Amino acid sequence: MFRRSGSGYTAVPRWLYVFAAVGALFVILPLLGMVAKVNWSEFIPLITSEASLAALGLSLRTSAASTALCIILGVPLALVLARGNFRGQRLLRAFVLLPLVLPPVVGGIALLYTFGRQGLLGSSLEMAGIQIAFSTVAVVLAQTFVALPFLVVSLEGALRTAGGRYEAVAATLGARPTTVLRRVTLPMVLPGLASGAVLSFARSLGEFGATLTFAGSLQGVTRTLPLEIYLQRETDADAAVALSLVLVAVAVIVVALSYRSPRLPHLARATR
Amino acid sequence: MNRLGRSAAALFICAALTVSLASCAAETNTPDTSISGPTGEITVFAAASLNGPFTELAADFEAQHPGTEIKLSFAGSSDLVTQIIAGAPADVFASADERNMTKLADADLVAGTPIDFATNTLQIVVPPANPAEVSSLADLTKPELKVVICAPQVPCGAATKTIEEAARLVLTPVSEESSVTDVLGKVRSGEADAGLVYVTDVLAAGDQVKGIEFPESSAAVNSYPIATVGTSSNQKLADAFIASVTGPEGQKMLSAAGFGTPRS
Repeated sequence: MFRRSGSGYTAVPRWLYVFAAVGALFVILPLLGMVAKVNWSEFIPLITSEASLAALGLSLRTSAASTALCIILGVPLALVLARGNFRGQRLLRAFVLLPLVLPPVVGGIALLYTFGRQGLLGSSLEMAGIQIAFSTVAVVLAQTFVALPFLVVSLEGALRTAGGRYEAVAATLGARPTTVLRRVTLPMVLPGLASGAVLSFARSLGEFGATLTFAGSLQGVTRTLPLEIYLQRETDADAAVALSLVLVAVAVIVVALSYRSPRLPHLARATR
Repeated sequence: MNRLGRSAAALFICAALTVSLASCAAETNTPDTSISGPTGEITVFAAASLNGPFTELAADFEAQHPGTEIKLSFAGSSDLVTQIIAGAPADVFASADERNMTKLADADLVAGTPIDFATNTLQIVVPPANPAEVSSLADLTKPELKVVICAPQVPCGAATKTIEEAARLVLTPVSEESSVTDVLGKVRSGEADAGLVYVTDVLAAGDQVKGIEFPESSAAVNSYPIATVGTSSNQKLADAFIASVTGPEGQKMLSAAGFGTPRS
């Protein structure tokens, strides 16, 4: 019953496959159910309508911006959480991960009372001439809020499994911390960072609750694909199903193209 | 309303109804001897805007008809229709517009004829302090104002569009929300300067918002139809509940919540 492959122990009890198959069906069946509902003769006109294209374009643009923002904010957070040593580290981690378990609508309410006109920062922002509510920026903020933990978790995991040995060696050879970060740490965890970024992008693409609560819904400005689907469902079930399929397809393509299984190929690569 | 007016209204409603007179009589509190009273339980699917009056009404109904239980489920009318068509166990459907009732009828799921039991009109809603000093519909066209309305796909948005066309003006909203709740939320939090929602929503929100009537609202009067669902296993109780909604007591509660009287 033991089998070996290049990367170590892979034997799985046969009965486990039965349960795994049930698990896989649980995810795949609803998607098939949706595909079965697609009105194929109308599919192309439905997904190429002006409103649909505007929503898809906005979704892709805002998700890309959110992913960039997640990298800018998330990389330092992950580094500090994985490598740093300070009081309140565990508390910080708990807070950073909070959006993972919060209902997105709660995130939206929180953002509203922070960046909104009457919010914590809203009046100062307004005095500076910045209005966030009802703008595309609000969409990006909402998406970043819910997607950031995905990047932090992925990257922190990669940093911890990579360990600090190579960095320690680099430091003893005289490299300053910034050089170690740039030349050793980041190249070593690049695959982990990439998969984290992809997850963040996918999460941003699917963001609904926080956007609806915080940003509003206007074609071309704040109405992303999930919001368009939600609205179309009111009157045109066919359009909602067609657009859902587009969203699934985009998500599958993005994830399949760039998300690698977390089998730590970066370690092998880093030792070369 | 005085006593005479109320009984006159009750008479009128009874006459206008297509339900049996027996159920009307039951609602005027005279003991019903011809048939035994309804028992058992039913589930009422009602438009979200009916939350207040229907909750009250169901409690009263249960008190007056021992042995009955009215379960209530509130959501957007189109969600409810989709659920019923998909097999959700509803006995009564109360819709916020005729379109969704027609959808249910098209699916052959309406027993009898739907009855209009209330109307609703739009009102301008502003934050309590009315910072933008809105006083008329025309004020909402000012470019510096942040106006939030419902998307045309949902009933309140369809009504908004009708009013825009009738009043020959164009609103440029910062957001077209998919529900009244979302419009109210944006106004309540002060994000938006004004919005358009139903009178009943303004009343239900209490002093968190302020409502402003405008004459153009008469261009879009929404009718609320109610009907027994064809697949109901307790049509007798369902009919009795509908009779209490359309009866004087139901009408009183609906009018207290801001609903208008049904159009004949």
